[in-house]
Amino acid sequence: MKHKAEVVVIGGGINGLGIAYNLAKMGVTDVVVLEQKYIGWGASGRNPGGVRQQWNTKENIILARESVKIFEHLSQELNYNILFRQRGYLILAFTEEEVEEYKKNVKLQNSLGVPSRLVTPEKAKEIVPTIDETKILAATYCPTDGVLFPYALFHGYENAAKRLGVQIYTFTKATGINVENGKIKSVMTNHGEIQTNKVVNAAGGFSSEVAKLAGVELPNRPYRREIMVTEPLEIIIEPMVISFHHGLYVTQSMRGEIIGGIGNPNEKPGFNIRSTADFPVRFAKALVDIMPNVRYVSMLRQWAGVYDVTPDARPILGEVDEVEGFYQANGFSGHGVMISAIVDKLIAELIVTGKTSIPIDSLNLRRFKEQELSKEGMVV
Amino acid sequence: MGKGKKIVCRCEDITEEEVIEAIHMGYTDMESLKRFLGFATGPCQGRTCIPHVLRILARETGKTLDELGVTTARPPAVPIPMRFFAGEVDVIEETREEATNTQTDEKTKL
Repeated sequence: MKHKAEVVVIGGGINGLGIAYNLAKMGVTDVVVLEQKYIGWGASGRNPGGVRQQWNTKENIILARESVKIFEHLSQELNYNILFRQRGYLILAFTEEEVEEYKKNVKLQNSLGVPSRLVTPEKAKEIVPTIDETKILAATYCPTDGVLFPYALFHGYENAAKRLGVQIYTFTKATGINVENGKIKSVMTNHGEIQTNKVVNAAGGFSSEVAKLAGVELPNRPYRREIMVTEPLEIIIEPMVISFHHGLYVTQSMRGEIIGGIGNPNEKPGFNIRSTADFPVRFAKALVDIMPNVRYVSMLRQWAGVYDVTPDARPILGEVDEVEGFYQANGFSGHGVMISAIVDKLIAELIVTGKTSIPIDSLNLRRFKEQELSKEGMVV
Repeated sequence: MGKGKKIVCRCEDITEEEVIEAIHMGYTDMESLKRFLGFATGPCQGRTCIPHVLRILARETGKTLDELGVTTARPPAVPIPMRFFAGEVDVIEETREEATNTQTDEKTKL
């Protein structure tokens, strides 16, 4: 193991590996990535890979829009097919309040160059024929939204970063961060100490614990989210379909498995990735309500991961005021994959040049002390 | 699939050569190997492929089966139609009717 590195990234998920890759691409190859288990053990290996630009806060829309631009050519760049296909996102509206809210969202999204639009129930049924359109009042559709394969994304970053000289240590846990006079000095691991002045906290559900190692308090808390796949069948759900009304999302993978999940408003914070018997019942009831024919499809497998949730459901990005050289890329609150492409580039820019090509100051940790929070409301 | 290739995962068409190649790329634990290759994620849910992959991994790494372990088992144990989870009334009635019919038949026999 290396005993010295220019940058140590904690977290071997999509964002940690993406930041390491972007650093190396910018010429900083003396980078170590620490992963406490195997690559993609956390939320990166447990999510459906949705890439959505339909948000209601400006920062999320811009970060998602810029990420889509990168995802469109990332397979070629990494020489690894991330299976990004732009089949759109269809968001169903069941109430008048939802219709009014989505109209406002579409206006904001369009003003930022995202081609979302409000569609009638009949049009929604044309896009996804299996929907019971009599239950909805309208839907919003953005054709450039899409889905990618998260395993392929982290394997693509992993292999590209390694080729550029990045060292990735799996089954290596960060156990301490030494700070002297407000500056990072080293990172302790279960396999030894690494001298460094720069640490990136991309630890997802563990980011609060990692920040504590450097004496920094983050407001993020992990919340379990459950997900399932069915047996493969002919493609009947092309886009990602979301119902905020049910708290449900569902799409179909390229090999035809229906993949989806539903939130649990009673979930308590804490790192818990056990499956429950309650989840398939809630999911199936909601899904059958939206897509009656799916009742005959068999569920194959369920599992769970965590969202790393902040009080305003927006990520924490950038260097913290308390400790020089301590960068945050966490608190993604369930949309860490979809904005990762641009976030990872911006964090690398910040580390290498001290500035970012898109402003991310409003997403710094200090916002929780200073300003009134503007909350992202489109989290499923 | 060419002649002479050994398929270790029938759901995802993964060959022994591909497993060995992935192990040599550095995916030397069952969970990493599963995520890189995709075995144990098809309709058999690992019943067919896990013993084969485990044996190959043990041979290539010199580790014992106990040291390597298996991937986390995911519920349900067998594929279950959504309508059962959704608790649809007609399904319950169908089952109840079936049960009633069976009982009647048995009574008639007696």
